[in-house]
Amino acid sequence: MLSFLQPEFLIQRDKDRCNSCGLCVKQCSFEVHQHDKVKGTVLSDETKCICCHRCVTMCPTRALSVRKNTLAFRRNSNWTVKAVREIYKQAETGGILLSGMGNPEDYPIYWDRIVINASQVTNPPIDPLREPMELKTFLGRKPERVDIDANGNLQVKLPPQLELEAPILFSAMSFGSISFNACKALAMAAAQLGIYYNAGEGGLHKDLYNYSRNTIAQVASGRFGINIEYLNACSAVEIKMGQGAKPGIGGHLPGEKVNEEISKTRMIPVGSDALSPAPHHDIYSIEDLKQLIYLLRETTGYAKPIAVKVAAVNNISSIASGIVRAGADIIVIDGFRGGTGAAPTRIRDNVGIPIEMAVASVDTRLKNEGIRSQVSIIASGSMRNSADIIKAIALGADAVYIATGALIALGCHVCQKCYTGKCSWGIATQNPDLVKRLNPDIGSKRLINLITAWINEIKEFLGGMGINSIDSLRGNRDMLRGIGLNQKELDILGIKAAGE
Amino acid sequence: MQIEGEVRIPSGCAISGIMNKKGKAVPGEYIIRSISVMHERSNGLGGGFAAYGIYPEYRDYYALHLFFDSIASKKDTEHFINRHFDVSDAGKIPTRKVPSIKNAPLIWRYFVKPKAARLDQSELDEEEYVVQCVMSVNKKIKGAYVFSSGKNMGTFKGVGYPEDIGDFYRLDEYRGYIWTAHGRFPTNTPGWWGGAHPFSLLDCSIVHNGELSSYQTNRRYLEELGYSCTLQTDTEVITYLLDLLLRKHRLPLDIACSIIAPPFFKDIERMGSNESALYKTLRIIYGKGLMNGPFSIIAAWNNGIMALNDRIKLRSLVAATKDDMLFIASEEAAIRTVCPQPEHIWAPRGSEPVIGRLETGETGFGTVDVKEDKAC
Repeated sequence: MLSFLQPEFLIQRDKDRCNSCGLCVKQCSFEVHQHDKVKGTVLSDETKCICCHRCVTMCPTRALSVRKNTLAFRRNSNWTVKAVREIYKQAETGGILLSGMGNPEDYPIYWDRIVINASQVTNPPIDPLREPMELKTFLGRKPERVDIDANGNLQVKLPPQLELEAPILFSAMSFGSISFNACKALAMAAAQLGIYYNAGEGGLHKDLYNYSRNTIAQVASGRFGINIEYLNACSAVEIKMGQGAKPGIGGHLPGEKVNEEISKTRMIPVGSDALSPAPHHDIYSIEDLKQLIYLLRETTGYAKPIAVKVAAVNNISSIASGIVRAGADIIVIDGFRGGTGAAPTRIRDNVGIPIEMAVASVDTRLKNEGIRSQVSIIASGSMRNSADIIKAIALGADAVYIATGALIALGCHVCQKCYTGKCSWGIATQNPDLVKRLNPDIGSKRLINLITAWINEIKEFLGGMGINSIDSLRGNRDMLRGIGLNQKELDILGIKAAGE
Repeated sequence: MQIEGEVRIPSGCAISGIMNKKGKAVPGEYIIRSISVMHERSNGLGGGFAAYGIYPEYRDYYALHLFFDSIASKKDTEHFINRHFDVSDAGKIPTRKVPSIKNAPLIWRYFVKPKAARLDQSELDEEEYVVQCVMSVNKKIKGAYVFSSGKNMGTFKGVGYPEDIGDFYRLDEYRGYIWTAHGRFPTNTPGWWGGAHPFSLLDCSIVHNGELSSYQTNRRYLEELGYSCTLQTDTEVITYLLDLLLRKHRLPLDIACSIIAPPFFKDIERMGSNESALYKTLRIIYGKGLMNGPFSIIAAWNNGIMALNDRIKLRSLVAATKDDMLFIASEEAAIRTVCPQPEHIWAPRGSEPVIGRLETGETGFGTVDVKEDKAC
């Protein structure tokens, strides 16, 4: 069948610079570049190029560049180039369109319409270089009060808490969806930063048990890799009910990716597909969730906080309230920009709601029900920088999960082809030749640099607001103002318009 | 123009407090003199006083002080009060004409006890019953505002410089064993008497200088626990927070102080294991009760007084003692004007509370020996 799809990108090879060394041929895992043995030059098949910049970055003579193919279609605001190309693809394959990473479509990004306050005159800004600035965060269930006996001794048994040096965690990415080296880089960075990373739904590789004190175990609908040793080694357990990139959809790790190591970790045969069902088949309602929470509590001897992760959907505030009442210690809300290794494109781009709205409405709802302070809320689904984090916490989150941001620090170029397993940066792949491109030591250093930089920026923001503890930012919506938002949006976010 | 409660108004301020630890009464003129020294720290848009031990003859009655905008709101409120309380005495709070004090509302006081049957029905303890009634009036009756509700104590406040407000309320005619005062420098003109300070609930009164950068966090925490913050002021939030910690959660005062202005984690790490566990647990549970941003506060109750600075002391606060007297003020001059030669005078460190406890159950009787015009 003749393909109507023209290449999305064009490779520009500077003939004066290219010395036909062939490094690009080796580097491109999508097999764009080929030797022309007759002419002794290198050619490029641009139909395969996914714009990952691997060849551009590695080319020793800087001979390569990738440009957008500006091939003209007749202008049409309705039948956009994207719409037409997607129909070509489906007509040629008969398949559901697949994508990696989070929703890239042109929805409002509320983060960018919210601005942050600073102190002027009536109270002083605090200089974080001269004064203590506390970001320490505790996640877990909080009793309403303490009792102190006549001798000044504490009479309260505190439920298990995660102690973090900053309100940032690495979000769930399974060994399988990402490489061992990527997992190791995240684990090492989390341990050194005094924060946590989530192992995702694929269990924990034996060699990563060293970092299990900084690891959150995930129990998802497929229950891959779950065993008592794993649950007890980690510091918290997260039940994954849903994911922002694909609410209502399960997961699929193709059999080709299930090699020896993944087979051992996931506890499934080599080469078999790892299919996570859309629902947990033991959870068809909220009371079933409660049973699973208590099953996990019994299993872990009531020593670990239990988190429940859900995608941000229409009724998120009632769902969150139900989750608190079902006994969860931490609620994770994943917005519709949240990333993934693979999701049906239509689902990714159309299902779910923005995290900004979700976290604000959940915080308000739980506050109104008098149960907000009992639990911790983690917001996730595209925290792109420290300002997004400040805004998320001021809207009501206790901490944030980051994943795509962390992968970008490791070298991800957001080409959205994670599901192909050919990640040329050694992140979303199990191909040993590609995996070794990512050095875990260097990777963890890059992650530590990123989070350290964000921590320093967060301290600057806090100091500017005249705040010296992150506690005092939680739900502090006075510190935010909206720009270009309508009254309904402002009301849901619980913030005033700039100038008000 | 929006009044306080409809809009949040940052202010700078002057505060002062005087206490006799033996419970002997001190005339009101001292506190007026002390606060008037700090005239420059206020701008004439709010001043007020709290006085303890002033109603010994009604010591078992809650003294409700009210502002009314109109006769109608007074009528509605009295109807409410009569339904919920037995009223022993009531009347206008005596005032004198002062040229600079204008637009005063109707100012009344009622000495009341909860109606026994009502109290039983409500299934609340007596204090909670009174609190609910006060909040009910403030929230539901338009133009009425209860600004004082403790036993044997009273708050007196209004729009004006504090010394003029003191003169207006004839405070020179009262004697109390604890006095606190407040001069306000709001950044716009509220023009509403209810917005002046001290803010009080039952016998707890607060004067405060500062601007809480954690206001919204503290407020949402309190709202979650059933408080309704109608005034949008820091002082209101501080009062409710102390009410929560001391009255509802029955925590010792020093623990409450270490929740409001907790030690830094770097210091907690250096403590012994019991102490470190205590402060860490308090922070985990009461993190949203931490008050951030600059503040110096003086809180007073029937049985004592407490002064506290924020964690990094972003507001001035000086304390002094002589004999049985404890003085606390924004500036040393405000102390020296009434006590020229204190035995000890010091600037408390950030988050280090100054606590004065009443040493006797008898209060409001006997008077301090007044030597010339000085308190001591």
